[in-house]
Amino acid sequence: MATTTIKPETLVGRKIRRKEDPRLITGTATYLDDMKMPGMHHAMIVRSPHAAAKFRGIRTEAALALPGVAAVFTGADVKHLGPVPTAASLPGLRVPHHHLLAQDRVYYQGHPVAVVVATDRYIARDAADLVEVDYEPLPAVADPEKAIAPGAPPVHPEWPDNVAFTFHQEGGDTEAAFRDAEVVIKQRITSQRLIPTAMETRGVLAEWRAGERSLTLYSSTQIPHLMRSLVAGILGMPENLLRVVTPEVGGGFGSKLNVYAEEALMAFVAMRINHPVKWVESRRENFQATIHGRGHVDYYELAARRDGTMLGLKLKIIQDLGAYHQLLTAAIPTLSVLMMPGLYRFKNVSADIVGAFTNCVPTDAYRGAGRPEATHGIERMVDILAAELKMDPAEIRLKNFIGADEFPYSTATGLSYDSGDYAKPLKEVLAQVDYPALRVEQQKAREEGRLMGIGISTYGEICAMGPSPAMPAGGWESATVKIEPSGKVTVLTGASPHGQGEETTFSQIVADELGVPLDDVLVLHGDTSVVQYGIGTFGSRATAVGGAALYYALQDLKAKLKKFGAMLLKSDTVTLTGGACIDEQNGNSVSFAQMAVAAYVAKELPPNTEPGLVATRFWEPPNFTFPFGAHVVVTEVDKDTGQIEIRRYVAVDDIGKIINPLLVDGQVHGGVAQGLGQALWEEAIYDDSGQLISGELTDYAIPKASGMPWIESSHTVTPSPVNPLGVKGVGEAGTIGCSPAVVNSVVDALSHLGVRHIDMPLTPEKVWKLIAQGGQA
Amino acid sequence: MTHTISLTINGKPYHDEVEPRLLLIHYLREVAGLTGPHIGCETSICGACTVLLDGKAVKSCTMFAIQANGRSLTTIEGLAHGDQLDPLQEAFWNEHGLQCGFCTPGMILSARQLLADHPSPTEEEIRHGLEGNLCRCTGYQHIVNAVKAAAAKAGA
Repeated sequence: MATTTIKPETLVGRKIRRKEDPRLITGTATYLDDMKMPGMHHAMIVRSPHAAAKFRGIRTEAALALPGVAAVFTGADVKHLGPVPTAASLPGLRVPHHHLLAQDRVYYQGHPVAVVVATDRYIARDAADLVEVDYEPLPAVADPEKAIAPGAPPVHPEWPDNVAFTFHQEGGDTEAAFRDAEVVIKQRITSQRLIPTAMETRGVLAEWRAGERSLTLYSSTQIPHLMRSLVAGILGMPENLLRVVTPEVGGGFGSKLNVYAEEALMAFVAMRINHPVKWVESRRENFQATIHGRGHVDYYELAARRDGTMLGLKLKIIQDLGAYHQLLTAAIPTLSVLMMPGLYRFKNVSADIVGAFTNCVPTDAYRGAGRPEATHGIERMVDILAAELKMDPAEIRLKNFIGADEFPYSTATGLSYDSGDYAKPLKEVLAQVDYPALRVEQQKAREEGRLMGIGISTYGEICAMGPSPAMPAGGWESATVKIEPSGKVTVLTGASPHGQGEETTFSQIVADELGVPLDDVLVLHGDTSVVQYGIGTFGSRATAVGGAALYYALQDLKAKLKKFGAMLLKSDTVTLTGGACIDEQNGNSVSFAQMAVAAYVAKELPPNTEPGLVATRFWEPPNFTFPFGAHVVVTEVDKDTGQIEIRRYVAVDDIGKIINPLLVDGQVHGGVAQGLGQALWEEAIYDDSGQLISGELTDYAIPKASGMPWIESSHTVTPSPVNPLGVKGVGEAGTIGCSPAVVNSVVDALSHLGVRHIDMPLTPEKVWKLIAQGGQA
Repeated sequence: MTHTISLTINGKPYHDEVEPRLLLIHYLREVAGLTGPHIGCETSICGACTVLLDGKAVKSCTMFAIQANGRSLTTIEGLAHGDQLDPLQEAFWNEHGLQCGFCTPGMILSARQLLADHPSPTEEEIRHGLEGNLCRCTGYQHIVNAVKAAAAKAGA
C-alpha cells in the first residue's frame, strides 16, 4: 500500500468541452433515420388536407397494387387500439376519443388517415399518393376566440360550445384589491402559436420479434420510459415485453415530450407485417402533426396605487388547445396561472382559463411551456403601468419585488419560491448597460427623430419539474451508479437528454465525488432495457432532479467504498478522497481500483456488507426550483421600414450553482434565440378554413445566424436549497426572459407616439403601420 | 429504368445503379452508407444535408444523385484523418458549437466553404455565410466563436 498525497481536482464549475461531441462532429452519431435493419419496411402516413371533413369513403386498392407495397392500414384496422393518451387531469375535462387513425371524420389538417407500408421509401411515397380518400369538407374554426363564440362550427359535434374545460384559481382578495386601487390597467395580450421545429423531425422504428412476443420501439423522444408504459397501454401488451430506445435525439424543446399516434401505429404495423418498419416525419408533417406551442389570448387587469405599488392581478386565458389533447395539452395554461405573479409581492390574484377546441393540431409543451406566456403578460403589464404612472420601468420593478429576506416565499398561486434576490440581477444588468446613460442617449435620439428603445424584463420560472404530487406522472428522477470491477464508472440516468450535455455534466459530478478521471465515467440513458425506470428530460429538470438523484446514489456508493477501504487498510479512521481511501493515522492508502476489485472478488467482505459496487436512488424533490434574472434589450426601429435592429442584448440570469459554464452559455443563447424567434418572426398561421399557411420552413421564420444579436450573458448565483447541488435549471430561462424584454424595448421606442402595446411577432409591417398611423393600431 | 453513376466520395470511388429520381442525400445515406449528412427539411432551407461538391457547399436534398455523376464529394465523414480532427471540427468541440448535433455536419461543411472564401472572416461575414444553415439549439453564438477560432488557428 502506497502513501499518497492526492490533490482533489474540482471539475464542477469548470468549462469542460463535451464528451458527446466526438461522435456528433464526425458524422458518426446514430439518429433514428440512420438506423437500418434486415427486412426493414418504410411507412408513409396519408394525412387529411382538410381541417374538418367527413369521409365518404377510402379506396386503397391502387396503392396495394403497386409492386413493393406490403400493406395499407386505415382507421378500421386500429379502431380497437388506443386512445392516444393524455395525462392532464382537470375537473370536468372533455377528452375526445383520440384514435390512432381517423375513423369517420378528420379534425385538423394533417390528421392521420392511413398508413402505407412498402419495401422502399420512394415506393411508400408513391403508394401514399394512390390512396383515394373521398372527403365531404365541413366548416372549420381555427381561432380560439372565434371557436368559443356563439354559432361557431363545432370541432367535436358532441360539445357544440368548443369548450374543453374551464379552470379558476384565486388567492387573496382580488375584488378588494381592485376596489382599493387608484389605477387599473387593462390589456389584451397574445402569445401566438409557435412551431417547435427541432432540426431532427420525429421518427419511429419498430422491431417485432414474434418468437419472443417482444417489441422494440426506437423513437426520437424525450421520455422513453413514459412512452413504454403508455404505448404498452395503447397496444394492450405487457409492459415488460416492450423496450423503448432513444437513439441520438436531434432536439426536442417539448415537441418530443409526448406519445403520438405514430409510435403506437408503427408498433402495430411491425406486428402485422412481421418485419421492422420505419417512419420518419417530413418537415411538412412536423409542422402539421407535431404539437405546437403557446396559443394564448390573455386578458389582463392590474390594480395598483399611484405610487406604483401593485395590489392585484386578474387574468383570463383563452387557450387554443387544437382538436385533441396530447400528453399535457390542457395542463400547460395552468402553469401560466401558477407563474402569473412573476417576481412581485402582490397577494391578490384571480385567474380563469377557457380551453378552446379548434380545428388545429394540438398545442402542448414548447420550451418554457406556460411560463413564457405568464412572464410576457406580467412583464408587459408592469411596463404599461410604469408608462401610465410616468415611472421608470426599473424603479417600479424594484419597488414591487419580493425581498431577498422573504424566502422561502409563499405566492398567491400556492407556490413556495425557494430562494432569490431579484434586485441583484436587475441592478447588475442596469450597471452593465449604464442605464442612466442609455436614457440620455434615447432622449437625444428622439430629438434627432430616431426611434430608440430600452426594454427590461425581470422573470422568474418554475424549474426542476417537480414534486410528484404536482406532476401528472411522477416528478422524481432515478440514477444508478456502478463501479465496474476495473474501477471504471457507469451511470444510468432516467433523464433522457437530447442535446443538453448531461453525459458531460453528470460525469463532472461523478468525477468530483469519486475522484476519478472524467474519461473513466460513462453515462448511459434512453434505453428502457438498460436504465431503471425514469421520467425524462424536460422542464429544466435533468440536472436539478436527475443530477440530485445521481448525487445521492454517489453518497451511498462512497459509504460502501469506504467500508472496503477500511477493510483493506485494516483501519477504522479512513477518508475517501481524490479517488483513494486514506488511513488518517498513517497516510497509507488504497486505490479506487483496489477497492473495486476487492468488492467484486469478495474473498473477504466488510461486516454486514454485500459484494459489488452498485447504488440506485429514486429521488423525489421536495419542491420546484425558481430561477430568475433580468434581461435588457436596446433596439433601434427604422421609422421608414419598421425594421427592428437589436443593438444590445444583455442577460443576467440566476440559475443557482453552475456545473459547466460553457454549457450554460449555450443554453442561454439557444433559449434567447427561441424567445427572439417568438418576439420578432415566428407565427404558426392557420387561415379561417384551418389551412396551415406557415406549413414549411420556407414560410415559418426560425432565427438565422444573421438575425441573431450578440448575447452578453452573465450570472448572479443564488443556490437553491431544494437539492444538494444547489442548481436551479437553465433550459428555459433565456426563452422566458427574452420576449418581454424585446417587446418592451420596441414599445419603449415608440411610446412617445402613443404606442402602449404590440402583439408578437413584431413584424416590420406591423411596426411600420403603427408608426405610419401615429401610434394608433 | 436506372442509370450508372461513378463518383468520388471522400477520396474513394463509387459506382452504383440509381433511379433517376433518387435524391443525392438519399444516395449518400442509403446507398453509400454515409449517414453524417442529415435530412432536415427537403426544401433546401435548413442545410442539414450540406456536402461539398467539387469543393463547393451544396444542399444534397435538392440535387439528384445522377447530377453528381463524375463529380467529387466530401461529406462530414471525410474531414478527419483517423483521430486527427479537421480544425473546424476541433473548434466546434472546443467552443461548444453544437448541442443536439443534428445540424452540425452541414454547419461544419458550410463553415469550410466560408473559410475558403474568407480566410479571416468578420463576425458579420460568418453570420451571413452561415445563413443557409439552421440551428435550433445554439443561438449561433458558439458557432460564430468556433468559426472565428478555426480561422485564427489557420492564420496563426
